Amino acid sequence: MIEAVRRTVVNDMTIQVATVNGSGSQSANNILLKSFFRMGIPVGGKNLFPSNIQGLPTWYTIRVNHRGYVGRKAQLDFLVAMNPNTAKEDYHQVVPGGVIICDSEWTIDPADRRDDVAWYPVPFAQLCKDNVENAKLRRLLTNMIYVGVVAELLGIDNEILDAALRDQFASKAKVVESNRKMIELGKDFVRKNLAKKDPFRVEKMNANGNKILIDGNSASALGCVFGGCTVVAWYPITPSSSLPESVIDFLNQHRKDEATGKNRFAVVQAEDEIAALGMVIGAGWAGARAMTSTSGPGISLMSEFVGLGYFAEIPAVIFDVQRVGPSTGLPTRTAQGDVLKVVTLSHGDTKHVALFPGSVQECFEMGWRAFDLADRLQTPVFVLTDLDLGMNNWMADPFEYPDKPLDRGKVLDADAIKRLGKFERYRDVDGDAVGWRTLPGTRHPAAAYFTRGSGHNEKALYTERGDDYVHLMDRLARKHQTAAQLVPAPVESSDSGAQIGVIAYGSTDSPMAECRDQLREKGIRSSYLRIRAFPFTRAVRAFIEKFERIYVIEQNRDGQMLALLRIEYPELATRLRSVRHYDGLPIDARFMSDHVIEQEHSSKKELIHG
Amino acid sequence: MAEVGTVNRLGFNRQEYTGSPSTLCNGCGHDSITNHIITALYEIGADPYTFAKMSGIGCSSKTPAYFLSKSHGFNAVHGRMPSVSTGAKLANHELTMLAVSGDGDTASIGIGQFCHLIRRNVRMIYVIENNGVYGLTKGQFSATADTGSKQKDGTINELETIDCCELAITLGCTFVARSFSGDKKQMVPLLKAAMSHDGTALLDVISPCVTFNDHEGSSKSYAHVRETDTPLHEIGYVPSYEETVADYAEGSETDIRFPDGSTIRLKKLDHDYNPKNKVEAVAMLEESRKKGILTTGLIFVDTARKDFNATLHMVDTPLIRLSDAELRPSRETLSRIVESYR
Repeated sequence: MIEAVRRTVVNDMTIQVATVNGSGSQSANNILLKSFFRMGIPVGGKNLFPSNIQGLPTWYTIRVNHRGYVGRKAQLDFLVAMNPNTAKEDYHQVVPGGVIICDSEWTIDPADRRDDVAWYPVPFAQLCKDNVENAKLRRLLTNMIYVGVVAELLGIDNEILDAALRDQFASKAKVVESNRKMIELGKDFVRKNLAKKDPFRVEKMNANGNKILIDGNSASALGCVFGGCTVVAWYPITPSSSLPESVIDFLNQHRKDEATGKNRFAVVQAEDEIAALGMVIGAGWAGARAMTSTSGPGISLMSEFVGLGYFAEIPAVIFDVQRVGPSTGLPTRTAQGDVLKVVTLSHGDTKHVALFPGSVQECFEMGWRAFDLADRLQTPVFVLTDLDLGMNNWMADPFEYPDKPLDRGKVLDADAIKRLGKFERYRDVDGDAVGWRTLPGTRHPAAAYFTRGSGHNEKALYTERGDDYVHLMDRLARKHQTAAQLVPAPVESSDSGAQIGVIAYGSTDSPMAECRDQLREKGIRSSYLRIRAFPFTRAVRAFIEKFERIYVIEQNRDGQMLALLRIEYPELATRLRSVRHYDGLPIDARFMSDHVIEQEHSSKKELIHG
Repeated sequence: MAEVGTVNRLGFNRQEYTGSPSTLCNGCGHDSITNHIITALYEIGADPYTFAKMSGIGCSSKTPAYFLSKSHGFNAVHGRMPSVSTGAKLANHELTMLAVSGDGDTASIGIGQFCHLIRRNVRMIYVIENNGVYGLTKGQFSATADTGSKQKDGTINELETIDCCELAITLGCTFVARSFSGDKKQMVPLLKAAMSHDGTALLDVISPCVTFNDHEGSSKSYAHVRETDTPLHEIGYVPSYEETVADYAEGSETDIRFPDGSTIRLKKLDHDYNPKNKVEAVAMLEESRKKGILTTGLIFVDTARKDFNATLHMVDTPLIRLSDAELRPSRETLSRIVESYR
């Protein structure tokens, strides 16, 4: 304990700010996050917020880590307690040797007065009262005092902090000035009244190179814009809303006709998720690139149209920013709970294409690629992210410009039909199980066909014949195999001495490097496969075949990816084990490694005693 | 009926506007409507390659297969035709959206989408083939069945009826008409006018179901509809390419001009009716309901409101014809955007 205090801990800590929802702490937290980032220290920020507009508790966690571990860490080093209603509980979340900053006017129950942490009482309310005349602004500006306090205690670079402040409030000089004053008040208070009792410091380093800091929903939105999306139909839902809203912002900035100021796009806030996808399907049928974005409850509603899109073979791109279900569930908590539902959405036999971005770069890349895939395969394509990836800020390498032009898939115009002499919408002429389509408005007598969700033959004529149905369903199954050739392959990180395999996907990737290092420290070496799409590619099977024990780590109760792997590879099912995290918070490395270690130990015991 | 060899201004004969043979019951009102649609298209000289035929699910929704075989068609899911049509129209505004729905498809499962389509004023022709009954599932009441109407097994509908025209007017629909499948003289000009209208044009057409709703006691039987049909006016349609000539006595006729230059001419019958007055239109419908009569004609029209594509400030080029360069911002733009996240 005493040793820990003497030791200096540089660029390795988890800071949590406990506030009240609607109190405007987001700006303060962003300034702190950006300051660490610009000091070149790897950083990640996570917002834990309630389904509420004002009044309920909110926590913001910043992880600073020189080794680049920026996934969630459950243990807290540094608490800024700004919410008296949760303070009692918050105090006990801090690790021994940690820090607690709270208002000096609060009375603290002796039972909560921990002697194994450094306490820094700051008269937040009083400082504000003495320095801010406008009572309305007081609450907002209080947050800036803690920015100053934290900056001073940790040694955040002054110039970087000030630049982050200026960026946060853009060009509003007056706002910058009033916030700067509060930051200075906080710093000044620390200098004059507090003696540094904790080991935590930050120092400039150069780990962030050329990186940017962006949330997954903005990255996905950029992907849509660079994917050539022209029709957006959506219904507001947390945690998806900021995705279409960002698409709208980007479209307004980058997709206007410069001469007329008119829109080269259409955005509709639909009456519900059913209509949202209906519009996307209609637009896709007519030849536009169209997308919608939603979360679990919307996915349930979209089931009907997804079945139509699959069966009638219409391109559509659907983002699912997953949250905790079933039903309304925990609307502001994260999960990977829609995987099984999504890949077989609708009644009848269906198998859909789903992409699983594991980072903000991939939100961008899979964002634009999803439109190519949807057009090429003539089917709805899902992009599954989650609240953690979508709404939190992540470091990323700069996004790479698409490496190929838009792929509009198999579309015949009037001239092509004239050349070919005939057209049959659902005939597999190329052997890849994808037919050619025409768009409404094509000026040729043979171009028209009737699109329907009822039974149809190769000529798109109505049929109830069993052999026609089997023929169609078998072709759609073959089309799924074509999709497996086109979707992103998994990413493997091998260790030549690996005893076990680990499989994860999506945001579960973020704590994986740390988890594998923890496993290595315990003598367990692992190779890691990150699945990026369904249908699975060959590499997934090859990876499973390499190991006796493979741990599928995911964020849901039932092991949905595990189940999917077992369905696809029944002969390998017994090799697959499961680690599942589902309390609504992002999964953390320690949870993952602890559970793998525990299962590894019990399998050793089985070997000895069995 | 056009003679063999007769063609319209585009050089098409009537046959060019037909589709595959109907699979509906003999005598179904829907087949008459299909014929009226074909007649209107033929007479107006419509270009089949610009049409998109839209429908939902039900007997009515099968009918787009029976006309315009040269046009693409989309038989969507039950009650969801409006959203699919909205998306298609946004993607390519050059498409003429001709939609057919039924009373179940519109007034029950699809009433939400129906309301929001109207609210947006998406430019399309929306025909409800209204028989007050679910035909394909064998005779259950629909939400447009009149109060007091009798089902084939004797059950009386005790619920309030939904009047799609009245609902549409209150939601801001810009073209609301009611007709009867057996009234070719009224329906054909109404369809032509609907095609000229720049917004959602609703035609609620009472179309008796010969199998499940044509018995005594049904308010949507041929006999009952013929008996209570009360036209508001006589309707004529003058296309944009023909001159309108004022050859009528002052006050006996009203001309309504559409943005495409065509005109609908309403000839007064026994009393004055102004289809531009929303309040009068709703009062008239309430009065008709009270009296138990079927008032038909152009109930309400507003040619001033913008359609949805205009509301969204969209470019003139259909979205589907934008070039790749217009769709994907440049490499430099991406660099600039990325830079703002440092």
